[in-house]
Amino acid sequence: MITQADLETLLLTFKVASLATVFMLLLGTPLAWWLTITRSSWKGGVNALVALPLVLPPSVLGFYLLVLMGPAGPVGKFTIWLGVGTLPFTFAGLVVASVLYSLPFVVQPLQTAFAAIGQKPLEAAATLRASPLDTFFSVVLPLAKPGFLTATILGFAHTVGEFGVVLMVGGNIPDKTRVVSVQIYNHVEALEYREAHWLAGGLLLFSFAVLLILYTVVKPQAVTR
Amino acid sequence: MKAGAKTRICPIEMINPISARFQLDYGEFQLDVDLNLPGSGITVLFGHSGSGKTTLLRCIAGLQRAPHAYLEVNGNIWEDSRRKLFLPAYQRSLGYVFQEANLFPHLSVAGNLQYGLKRIAKSAASADLQHILELLGIEHLLERMPDKLSGGERQRVAIARALALNPEILLMDEPLASLDFKRKQEILPFISQLQRELNIPVLYVTHSRQEAGQLADQLVILSAGRVQACGPLPETLGRSDTQLAQDMDAASVWQVRVSGHEAEYYLTRVAFNGGVLVLPLLDAAIGTPLRVQILARDVSIVLKSPAATSILNVLPATVTGISEQTPGQSVIGLQVGDQPLLAHITRKSAALLGLWPGMAVYVQIKGTSILN
Repeated sequence: MITQADLETLLLTFKVASLATVFMLLLGTPLAWWLTITRSSWKGGVNALVALPLVLPPSVLGFYLLVLMGPAGPVGKFTIWLGVGTLPFTFAGLVVASVLYSLPFVVQPLQTAFAAIGQKPLEAAATLRASPLDTFFSVVLPLAKPGFLTATILGFAHTVGEFGVVLMVGGNIPDKTRVVSVQIYNHVEALEYREAHWLAGGLLLFSFAVLLILYTVVKPQAVTR
Repeated sequence: MKAGAKTRICPIEMINPISARFQLDYGEFQLDVDLNLPGSGITVLFGHSGSGKTTLLRCIAGLQRAPHAYLEVNGNIWEDSRRKLFLPAYQRSLGYVFQEANLFPHLSVAGNLQYGLKRIAKSAASADLQHILELLGIEHLLERMPDKLSGGERQRVAIARALALNPEILLMDEPLASLDFKRKQEILPFISQLQRELNIPVLYVTHSRQEAGQLADQLVILSAGRVQACGPLPETLGRSDTQLAQDMDAASVWQVRVSGHEAEYYLTRVAFNGGVLVLPLLDAAIGTPLRVQILARDVSIVLKSPAATSILNVLPATVTGISEQTPGQSVIGLQVGDQPLLAHITRKSAALLGLWPGMAVYVQIKGTSILN
């Protein structure tokens, strides 16, 4: 059966994934829009950088994040200067790592959705006195709604499913950084197969349900990878 | 400015509220125009595809930026590349109707109509929307979403959306190109009527002779990014030296008035300054203004008035120009009373007749068609 400890990891996972999704949308929306409309020579580089987590072993990303956010790293020094201490092995650190790791799952559907809108509605808005910013909110966002739905679902689900980065950056601290995927690992290590089954099966069902929704309700418009 | 660039100023009117000069170079395509246009009526920008007419319209709208540009509308300078002045499209007082209606799919018809209205200054005099809706016959569509409209309805909503802002100029980019013949005929009269009632100058891009002949007060003929000819419709169409005059379906358009009927022969007489033309019987009151199109290939030239001919329309004319740009074909410019006329004849016929500018001849007109 699901134990109290298991429930706590579920709740924590949900909190991390929700917060990370919010930050990914806030960060990913302007980023995806910029990538859609820019003619800058930086475009390719930024695109590659955002997509890196798709191909990189999570341990590589986790390793560099540890180094960067640790007390000797530039980010770590900055957070110490801010007075919030270092991020590794904290809830906040886990969220930061999750955002970077799952960002392509938000940016790419948004980019696809933005590109699908094309130039024409933007030009129509311009001839109807809407400034570019106004156009973004009154035309681009409503027309990209399916893309946002896809991005939110994929970003959230992928964050729930991560393991390597979480283990490296977050560690395995009950109530602070121990998420479901890590808890399953703990159960298996302790040969508690029954408990592992409950969580693993739950995660499997959750992931399947999410993808089912994506492919039936939202339509496979912008599902990448 | 590029050296040696030949530009043409159009002497359409003494006062030209719209001055447009654009030069841009895309390698295989160059645009180089210098136009002064009147602040009223419908000006048709006519040309084959690739002639630069849409590019010119987009430059005027500010949707495209030319490196060398000057644009003035009613005393306001919208663009001046020498002073690095470029008003973005959304700050220009214009209406734009796209080739495909380009309505916002996420807004209802009413939402589309309101979109621009919400964004103009409250003080700015907005047009009488109700009146526009009535003119275009779309009042009953307000609640519908754009994907539930027919092509013709969509385009009428797009026209209303542009006009609702009471713009200083209305730009229309082949607004009927995506519609079938029946829908076109449904919208064309609206455009003339709108222009007359709202008195907003219209710049209308098309490659259709039918639309040009039916709508234009002024005609600008573009070819390879340059202005080939411009001026009032009949005079410009009647020039023998344009690309347009060489085409198979080249035609002249006459502005005439119904002067009488010969009911027993099913004929209608129409008059112009300098003569009378006989047409198939029309259901139109005496005095009704009409536009008649005469294909250049339906016009033949004789030196003396024929004593007997089955052709009813034989009129005295003066040769004004001869152009020989197509092998074997001569394009003859003529003047009949105050109406210019084009004739396509073979090069041999032109040589045998010994035509020269200023020569008095007779023209036989085999066929005519009514444009409106």
